Amino acid sequence: MILDAKIPEGPIEKKWTSFKNNAKLISPANKRKFKVIVVGTGLAGSSASATLAELGYQVEAFCFHDSPRRAHSIAAQGGINAAKNYQNDGDSVWRLFYDTVKGGDFRSREANVYRLAEVSGTIIDQCVSQGVPFAREYGGELANRSFGGAQVSRTFYAKGQTGQQLLLGAYSALSAQIGLGRVMMHENSEMLDLVIVDGHAKGIVARNLITGEITTHAADTVLLCTGGYSNIYYLSTNARGSNVTATWRAYKRGAAFANPCYTQIHPTCIPVAGDYQSKLTLMSESLRNDGRVWVPKAKGDKRAPQEVPEEERDYYLERKYPSYGNLAPRDIASRSAKEVCDEGRGVGPSGLGVYLDFSGAIKRLGEKTIRERYGNLFEMYQNITGENAYERPMRIYPAVHYTMGGLWVDYNLMSNLPGLHVLGEANFSDHGANRLGASALMQGLSDGYFVIPNTLGEYLSTQFGKKVSTDLPEFKKTEAEVRAQIEKILAVKGNVPVDEFHRLLGLIIWDQCGMARSETGLRKAIEDVRALRERFWKEVAVPGTGAELNQSLERAGRVADFLEFGELMCLDALIREESCGGHFRVEHQTPEGEALRHDDKFAEVYAWMFRGENTDPDLVREPLHYEAVHLATRSYK
Amino acid sequence: MSTMHFHLRLWKQKSGTDAGQFIEIDAKEIPSECSFLEMLDIVNNRMTREGKEPVAFESDCREGICGTCNMVINGVPQGPGRGAACQVYMRKFENGQTITVEPFRVGAFPIVKDLVVNRSAYDRIIRSGGFISEHTGGAPDASTTLIPKPVADAAMDAAACIGCGACAAACPNSSPMLFVGAKVTHLGILPQGQAERKSRARNMVRTMQEEGFGNCSNYYACEAVCPANVPASVIAMLNREYIRGELSEAVGAID
Ligand SMILES: Cc1cc2nc3c(=O)[nH]c(=O)nc-3n(C[C@H](O)[C@H](O)[C@H](O)COP(=O)(O)OP(=O)(O)OC[C@H]3O[C@@H](n4cnc5c(N)ncnc54)[C@H](O)[C@@H]3O)c2cc1C
Ligand code: SF4
Ligand code: FES
Repeated sequence: MILDAKIPEGPIEKKWTSFKNNAKLISPANKRKFKVIVVGTGLAGSSASATLAELGYQVEAFCFHDSPRRAHSIAAQGGINAAKNYQNDGDSVWRLFYDTVKGGDFRSREANVYRLAEVSGTIIDQCVSQGVPFAREYGGELANRSFGGAQVSRTFYAKGQTGQQLLLGAYSALSAQIGLGRVMMHENSEMLDLVIVDGHAKGIVARNLITGEITTHAADTVLLCTGGYSNIYYLSTNARGSNVTATWRAYKRGAAFANPCYTQIHPTCIPVAGDYQSKLTLMSESLRNDGRVWVPKAKGDKRAPQEVPEEERDYYLERKYPSYGNLAPRDIASRSAKEVCDEGRGVGPSGLGVYLDFSGAIKRLGEKTIRERYGNLFEMYQNITGENAYERPMRIYPAVHYTMGGLWVDYNLMSNLPGLHVLGEANFSDHGANRLGASALMQGLSDGYFVIPNTLGEYLSTQFGKKVSTDLPEFKKTEAEVRAQIEKILAVKGNVPVDEFHRLLGLIIWDQCGMARSETGLRKAIEDVRALRERFWKEVAVPGTGAELNQSLERAGRVADFLEFGELMCLDALIREESCGGHFRVEHQTPEGEALRHDDKFAEVYAWMFRGENTDPDLVREPLHYEAVHLATRSYK
Repeated sequence: MSTMHFHLRLWKQKSGTDAGQFIEIDAKEIPSECSFLEMLDIVNNRMTREGKEPVAFESDCREGICGTCNMVINGVPQGPGRGAACQVYMRKFENGQTITVEPFRVGAFPIVKDLVVNRSAYDRIIRSGGFISEHTGGAPDASTTLIPKPVADAAMDAAACIGCGACAAACPNSSPMLFVGAKVTHLGILPQGQAERKSRARNMVRTMQEEGFGNCSNYYACEAVCPANVPASVIAMLNREYIRGELSEAVGAID
């Protein structure tokens, strides 16, 4: 099988324009005839639903949350990138494009990234006119800050709540359309399967989480905007509900899953404190604008931070990466933290922590300014740890944060399964092997507001007269399979809570497929995941029935999918015998311990195709052609 | 790590149509560093191991921003201290303390099960006017309109509302006016929100009344529990905007 990315011809600066000039249009009268199912109403899904409804399509949107406003996007703190160059510091579309490709360690698709950089500016325009209260300067202009992997200030922000404000903007646009009756919104509805008719994605099976009712829904096309899978690690910075179910079940119906092993470990999170912990909390990367990262030079130094004199501190990021310093990209900053902790120089009770110190910035700018910039983060930190970061440095440690892998899509955001489109974190397209800070919000909104409204016609224009209804046997059969899976979970009647399996799975994946990966470790992880999966199906405890609100049942379904997905993730990591971005294979590093890519063999996307239970999946490769940028060793020194 | 003991009284109610009651649980050996919801996780997992149905409660981000979690802890919506229920930590309680946990009691938020209530009325209020009608693609450059920092900051303070419903739960009249006022203020003070200013307030307040919520009579219980620090001054703004909205409709003005 060949995966055709459908990249438009022409020089990179012209591709999107020429695509739009030649795109298949659907007339307003015809748009009304097409029904679009949108699963997920985070940034990607809300923006897509609202925009497609404005254009006249009939939209049916689904989310498992009780309201679209609760999607995990709400938790994004730091900001959103855009190549506006309002700061006059030399930024441009090209630079944002180049930074993103380089940040992704040359494992993303050039044409997609260029388009992302190109539309980034209009996202800010759109959000401002929706009333998103971005931070402003005293003169009234929009303010910017810097994020990792960039030497310009191009990040727009709304206090430490950028994701909240952007999501509420998209949610308000969606709400307006729901109010007008142009979007039918199904809250508390979890998609449990994708329905395929004649090889095309034409509908879904969903379960109402309040009543347990299972229903089928038909449409002309399905958009999955269901977010990332970081929660395979159990502990992550993602909201508790984030999961892989929608994309995994689409995979099992034929959609290719690309680069599952590309996961991002964020360097600045509050360290793990104990087994009881249910999630990890991010301290936004924006803190690295003013905070300096350090550990004591000596091993096992147990002194309080303020007692360690300046010359006995190792500001290791500034030392190793003088030109980017504390703003080195995430994968590099995380690995460096792990390194110093492995050397025995970590701080805090567990020794798995480094300091993020604001004393210099407070001296330079005053506490008031720091409070204004990061007040809510400092408060959050104090609430969780009981420590005051205005007085002593924060303790931070890397934690899983984002997943670059996802369902494979072409330039039109359509998967290899005709009719199935994938947007936002759920797809694999723009971030390669490592995502730069503040670019996920940009991608989600770019996909939803500006890309899919232009690309959807490519598919829909081939679908006139091909309406399907839920009466087709394909719908009945898929629905029956969903019911059987739920019955199977309820029938186990074991006595081990779902959370326990999730936690154990997380430990396996974190140890072997986390910040450092090796062949032996990955092989062992695959065995361990299989064994845990077997135990799950014998011992999981799910009290109650399927015909009511049953949170254990919801979680069991998601964990069952994670238990399958974990194996694919490790397999992908095993086969990719190089280090790139967030994927660090210990066998492949430079003498200084930096990631060592093998472009001759691995400058390709790995897309996995399901072939049946307990059968190895097929691997399909999409070669990555770099026409505009030269493959180079990533250096932030 | 040190541990603590608590005596819990948790609300159990099979569904909105069944009667509910408190169940009593001795929660032993709870790590003193854990959060309130992590304590409930521990208790729920113990019940599950014993073959009992755990207590249903909602949460998602567990960092105070999504507004999913909601419960009344010892009589206080969202529990002691600033922030949502997910930001309450066990170190705020005494060892051995009795803790009562029950759902929000608001007529317009029907009980679904145990601690879970249906807050969709808040979404319907937003759908009736809590937006700026701006279709995608037509926006001018973001730098066209300058917005002084104090205005942007005030809009942000109001926009910080997490939609949790605690304001209505705390109010003796079950009034959601802190929530409604937050949105009307956020959009009403920004230049972009002027076009729909009057109809927005009018429609949102009417929907609020249709949903069965009460009006504000200045108890300010909402402001005291609001996890997002939304100031009660947004209610005064809402009242002004609403009156202007009604007046302009009454006199047939174009608004
Ligand atoms: C703590 C934190 C901070 C971050 N900060 C930043 C930042 O500063 N800048 C930045 O650019 N990025 C940031 N990110 C990343 C960014 O927030 C996410 O990548 C992005 O918001 C994902 O948006 P999305 O629309 O793809 O998915 P989500 O927001 O995760 O939405 C998923 C939606 O899908 C629904 N859903 C999922 N599965 C199903 C199903 N089976 N059935 C029905 N519905 C389903 C959910 O209900 C939800 O509506 C941060 C991430 C975290 C964890
Ligand atoms: S105003 Fe405050 S209490 Fe009311 S919904 Fe918003 S955040 Fe919750
Ligand atoms: S769980 Fe998100 S605010 Fe409490």
